[in-house]
Amino acid sequence: MTIENNVLVKLTEVGLKQRNKWLVKGVSLIVERGKIVTLIGPNGSGKSTTAKIAIGLHKNIEGNVEKFTDKIGYVPQKISIDWTLPLKVSDFMVLTDELDEEKINEALKLTGADHLKNQNLGNLSGGEFQRVLLARAVSKKPDLLVLDEPVQGVDFTGEIALYKLIKEIADKLNCGILLISHDLHTVMTATDHVICLNGHVCCSGTPKDVAMNNEYKLLFGEQASQTLSIYEHKHDHVHSNDGDIKKN
Amino acid sequence: MFDDFFIRALIAGIGVAFVTGPLGCFVVWRRLSYFGDTLAHSALLGVTMALAFEINIAISIFIISSVIAIILVKLEKNTNLPGDALLGLLAHSALAVGLVVIGFLSFIRFDVMGLLFGDILAVNVDDLIIIWGGGAIILIVLKIIWKPLFASTVNYELAEAEGLNPDRAKAIFTILMAAIIAISIKIVGLLLITGMLIIPTAMARNISDTPKKMVIFSICGGLLSVIMGLFSSLQFNTPSGPSIIAAALLLFVISLFKVKQTIQLKN
Repeated sequence: MTIENNVLVKLTEVGLKQRNKWLVKGVSLIVERGKIVTLIGPNGSGKSTTAKIAIGLHKNIEGNVEKFTDKIGYVPQKISIDWTLPLKVSDFMVLTDELDEEKINEALKLTGADHLKNQNLGNLSGGEFQRVLLARAVSKKPDLLVLDEPVQGVDFTGEIALYKLIKEIADKLNCGILLISHDLHTVMTATDHVICLNGHVCCSGTPKDVAMNNEYKLLFGEQASQTLSIYEHKHDHVHSNDGDIKKN
Repeated sequence: MFDDFFIRALIAGIGVAFVTGPLGCFVVWRRLSYFGDTLAHSALLGVTMALAFEINIAISIFIISSVIAIILVKLEKNTNLPGDALLGLLAHSALAVGLVVIGFLSFIRFDVMGLLFGDILAVNVDDLIIIWGGGAIILIVLKIIWKPLFASTVNYELAEAEGLNPDRAKAIFTILMAAIIAISIKIVGLLLITGMLIIPTAMARNISDTPKKMVIFSICGGLLSVIMGLFSSLQFNTPSGPSIIAAALLLFVISLFKVKQTIQLKN
């Protein structure tokens, strides 16, 4: 297995048809080591489907998927934990991989969820659970991270912090990230390549290119193009989990 | 002090409890109680096959249960019927066909009650070998597939995305289910096997907060049920299989107080 040009996964003209309806068609994309590729698009535009095709969760697809790594960390869009299963956060962290105590703590700390370690998974709030999901995906130091709306339910300041963190993770672990979001604001500032989906690839390129693209404007409205400028400002302090305020 | 048959019964029951504990956890977690019932009902057909062709009962049950499991998977894929309807269809068809076949085998003396509710006091040394040998194999295989099976129980897509093979684990688990039914039919009978899988596990759920604890408590609950059930059946001259299940129920009821406490603590 050779890793050419650091390519981790390469999709060529993939499509998926279910019940005589194309969920996605003709999507091509490449995720490289150290790069963040973001899929955006309206509901039902095939973002999650594309991500699932990339990690091999869909069979009977059209087109070609080439995967150059097996070390994948996945944060699915929807996950429900049954109450019949008593599961603590620390058990959940080692679900698919053996990890020592130190690595678990490290990963939980990274996503600001270290205080939740001994909690039952069923007692977490949506945002807390999302942080744990992200920590779990990161903890095994994967080559490819697939994040399907990783910050849903996370509070606004936490959201920005987590996106920043995702960027840091890509640099630190030198892994490729396939990110899905319909939250244009924060995404546009922390990504290398944006693919705008609507059943097919509407447009793609750097965040700036896409924001200026006419099809993108049609899909998300004129205002969406302004998001870049809105978020090019900085806060001078951060809020930690215990409610403390720290100056930058 | 005790008669040989009673000692054999204890050893057999304890062997079964060790296996039904961990398997029962997965039955509860994956919501497979009716699946277990269906396999158990089909065991009757297995027994009649064994008598008709003069092969080992456990092996015959194992084969028939596996076949029923495969038919279920095929039907699920190729029909629009919901899972529970298919389970009911297979369970009662297998039971009915089994009883019809018994009718044809009128030349064989046949203890239907023992089959339905177990005949643990009639366990012989061969049965013990099958229970402990088969039980050990089941536990070893379960240990091997534990990670993918457990991960896919929590979330199928996570498990598959991160390189575990949940489909294979599920298929192997189905075979293990058929196997446990084959080896435990003589202990509690085909109508009560699912009870042996579920009731100690349900008790364990009430008093545990991690999966590991739940498995351990489930085994303990099964062991206690077997011991209490057998001794009380000796004491009160009650049928042993149902006594074991009744003991399990008693433990479950006691465990409810613990749930009540934790709920009160939360508030």
